[in-house]
Amino acid sequence: MTKELMNKNDIDRALIRMAHEIIEKNKGTGKLCLVGIQRGGVHLAKRLASKIKLIEKKDIPVGSLDIAFYRDDLNIRKEQPIVRRTEIPFEVTDLKIILVDDVLFTGRSIRAAMDALIDMGRPASIQLAVLIDRGHRELPIKADYVGKNIPTALSETVEVNLVEEGVEDKVILEKAGKE
Amino acid sequence: MLTRKDLLGIKELSVEEINLILDTAAGFKDVLGRDIKKVPTLRGRTAVNLFFEPSTRTRTSFELAAKRLSTDVINFSVPTSSVVKGESLIDTALTVQALGADFIIIRHSSSGVPYLLAKKLKASVINAGDGTNEHPTQALLDAFTIREKKGKIKGLKIAIVGDIAHSRVAKSNIYCLKKLGAKVRLIGPPTLIPNEIKGMGIDIFYNMEAGLKDVDVLMTLRIQMERQGKGFFPSIEEYSRNWGLTSERLSLAKNDAVVMHPGPMNRGIEITSEIADGPNSLILDQVTNGLAVRMAIMYLLEGVKR
Repeated sequence: MTKELMNKNDIDRALIRMAHEIIEKNKGTGKLCLVGIQRGGVHLAKRLASKIKLIEKKDIPVGSLDIAFYRDDLNIRKEQPIVRRTEIPFEVTDLKIILVDDVLFTGRSIRAAMDALIDMGRPASIQLAVLIDRGHRELPIKADYVGKNIPTALSETVEVNLVEEGVEDKVILEKAGKE
Repeated sequence: MLTRKDLLGIKELSVEEINLILDTAAGFKDVLGRDIKKVPTLRGRTAVNLFFEPSTRTRTSFELAAKRLSTDVINFSVPTSSVVKGESLIDTALTVQALGADFIIIRHSSSGVPYLLAKKLKASVINAGDGTNEHPTQALLDAFTIREKKGKIKGLKIAIVGDIAHSRVAKSNIYCLKKLGAKVRLIGPPTLIPNEIKGMGIDIFYNMEAGLKDVDVLMTLRIQMERQGKGFFPSIEEYSRNWGLTSERLSLAKNDAVVMHPGPMNRGIEITSEIADGPNSLILDQVTNGLAVRMAIMYLLEGVKR
């Protein structure tokens, strides 16, 4: 059984609000950059950057981060994660990084992403923006900007579909017991 | 997806597996370009270099690849002079495994040794060259280097020049490049091109000038000095005169042709210094890429164990 949690317009409104919150909290776009976690996070980071540009008329750098090398579940997963490109075409040192992901769940991906970023330099700060926070944290990690909070059962899965992947913008909750 | 425990040869790899290794290596190459060239990916693992034949670049490359993945490395020194019998070889490997090795990287003068060990061991066995059979990591790093420079492999005219018969590098490269859709040709004296290769859909040229025409990639092989005086070719000088890569000969290939060599080079024999150090040479790229490819292989093999 599946349930639609957000449609195209819901996602767009959430991103516009998050863009405003990012600018407000950081008092503008100075020293700001966005880093999306492969893959969903990368698309969302680019969308946030264009929303911020509409509001502030400023370009902020966007990077993409693959966390495969920093995961803690090698040997546990049935297959190796596909390694995608990490492209951060700017020095992270002294920048305020907004880390962007589609779904915040256990927090382990974010831990891996922070380790990866810190290996690249010493950012001034790392903040976290996620489209969906579905709870069930296993690490002390909290998002600074959230599109939508969705209480879920552990057995459920949350799927974020984005047009950049060739599907319609949509967030879906898949109930347990159904593959 | 890679489901095998060991990397023994290119012959048994699928095109998908080869591409997965090359794509993963691209990610590791990014890491090697950073200030901190190390990732915690394989922390707590142990790799053992078990080299029964001399090697500098392959052993060092594996050692550094393991270190860049945060894996501990032991270089097991094997006296190269003593003949290692089958039984003691397996005992050595079992001992190394008992020390807690997750990876056993083996080079041996006898073809097939890595296959034997892979059956006996729980650790991942990586073939770093077995006799005249295969040298799979060299072929993979060569493919990675070609893909990086040319953007593709399919359809490229790739010439392998020299002692094909005794070269495990050539053999692995032929398997790999054929699978990836390249048009492979071999150039060398008839005595050094084995008969089995004929009929594999590979063009064979016994004349260097004819063979180099319109080639995109040129791989020269090391002429093994120990083959001299065994009747394969009259003398090193004559070999060099007929099969050595010079600027005049390189001009017969495509304008943007690239030159590769697995090393170690005999400068002035199979390749002139002018070419080895020239703008068409990818020889040092091969060394750098070897690290990324070996990291990718260890990463992918470790992901499927247990």
